[in-house]
Amino acid sequence: MSEFRSSRDGRITDERPWWDTFPWWSVIIVVVLVWMGCQIIVNDDYGLAWERIIPGLGLTLRSTIYAFGIALGIALIAGTGQMSRNVVIRNLARTYVEFVRGIPMLPLIFTVALILVPEFTDLLNTRLDAWFGWEFKLSFEMRATVTLAVIYGAYMAEIFRGGIQSIPPGQTEAGRSLGLNRRQTMRSVVLPQAMRAIIPPMGNDFIAILKDTSLLSVLGALEITQRARQFSASTFKFREGYFVSAFIYLVLTLSLSVLLGVLERRMTRDRKGER
Amino acid sequence: MTAPSMPMISLQGVSKTFNRTIHAVRDVDLDVEEGEVVVIVGPSGSGKSTVLRCINLLEIPTTGVVIVDGSNLTDVATDLDHVRAEVGMVFQQFNLFPHLTVLENITLAQRKVRGRSKSEANEMGMRQLTRVGIPEKADAFPRQLSGGQQQRVAIARALAMEPRVMLFDEPTSALDPEMVKEVLDVMLELAGEGMTMVVVTHEMGFAKAAADRLVFIDEGEIVEVGAPEEVFSNPSHDRTRAFFDKILY
Repeated sequence: MSEFRSSRDGRITDERPWWDTFPWWSVIIVVVLVWMGCQIIVNDDYGLAWERIIPGLGLTLRSTIYAFGIALGIALIAGTGQMSRNVVIRNLARTYVEFVRGIPMLPLIFTVALILVPEFTDLLNTRLDAWFGWEFKLSFEMRATVTLAVIYGAYMAEIFRGGIQSIPPGQTEAGRSLGLNRRQTMRSVVLPQAMRAIIPPMGNDFIAILKDTSLLSVLGALEITQRARQFSASTFKFREGYFVSAFIYLVLTLSLSVLLGVLERRMTRDRKGER
Repeated sequence: MTAPSMPMISLQGVSKTFNRTIHAVRDVDLDVEEGEVVVIVGPSGSGKSTVLRCINLLEIPTTGVVIVDGSNLTDVATDLDHVRAEVGMVFQQFNLFPHLTVLENITLAQRKVRGRSKSEANEMGMRQLTRVGIPEKADAFPRQLSGGQQQRVAIARALAMEPRVMLFDEPTSALDPEMVKEVLDVMLELAGEGMTMVVVTHEMGFAKAAADRLVFIDEGEIVEVGAPEEVFSNPSHDRTRAFFDKILY
């Protein structure tokens, strides 16, 4: 219960005036963004920082999209694998998810990118070399991207599992009682409903991956954060370098979350009949 | 001596134990003949729903044999999905598919399991919707219907598979009082058409009007079986009498 005491006639009411519910935060953010944009245009130091940092945008976006795509595939396998009837698959999937979720992202990035991925590709390459006389080369940037994908694959596996398990068992029972087999029930009854629970948090994870590509700077990948660090360190213009990188991230994440909001609203409107 | 005809449903020594400790159903024997309407009553938690769910193996019996229309469902070799298509089930919570329209709810299994074409399935769907009295709701979503309408759609969905048996698990318990009758009317009509039905319910009026036999279950056991009037007015067990004393005015 939220009560609000009107100041006009001293009468208690639960109706709030417009200025109480207005999203002032969005005004503040827009003002800050416009101010930062102006700085970049009119201030030479900021302009220089912008010029040096913005080439990293391509790598940031590319690794976000690739990492998200690969993670989606891993998550689908690991998420449904955790619900498999096969005891081996179920436990392998669970082990992977628990390992990754239990280790902080930074040490995990070092472990995966510097140890697991090279050793795995080495192993693969000795076989490939022996059989086909051909080697599998994973570019440095791709190695960093795969690392993010391996980490987010585990987080997103939990979203898949949670989404599927959020569907009441009565739905499966109704499907099975009509004679649909396990797969048909999953495909036609459970998954379409689970998607509605899965898509919004997936969108959030897309934004989270975008932000976490900044962690790849510890590997030396020349994305936005690494370029900001290099610019700042070489020119001693720390304020300019980090402000500009923060500006770029903010523009990206805010426009993405607005886009997601529209998508979610459209999803709920299309099927108003649903629960 | 002529061979006795096979009952439509035969439960033989069926028990269900949850987590190795909770004995929900103990050694239940029950035969249901073709065209018979059997109503199961009993206190809540007595295991009557579990017995019903054992008939289409939504609950797998711990021991005992379940035979439906000649197929032994407890045999590993039996194609469960095949038999389930012949056994319609109506749930307390309706369990309509919320992401599909009413008609899509009714046609899904017809097309996937029976292999009917879209137009065949739609035609059968509309026929069943007309039978339960709401053909005009074909394109609505379940959420837009009242509870009584939703339950009638659920019945139509089961009937569209042309099942040989219908199971009802407390079909009116989740309904507002003014909607109970519209569902019971559909069930009465179905019983009148000779459908084999097993119904778990608290509606004693329905039992009186439609049941060939009344089964009273308590603590997972069948305590008493008989004609409804007989069991209501002259129960032969103290547990049965105690139960009806509590619920009948």
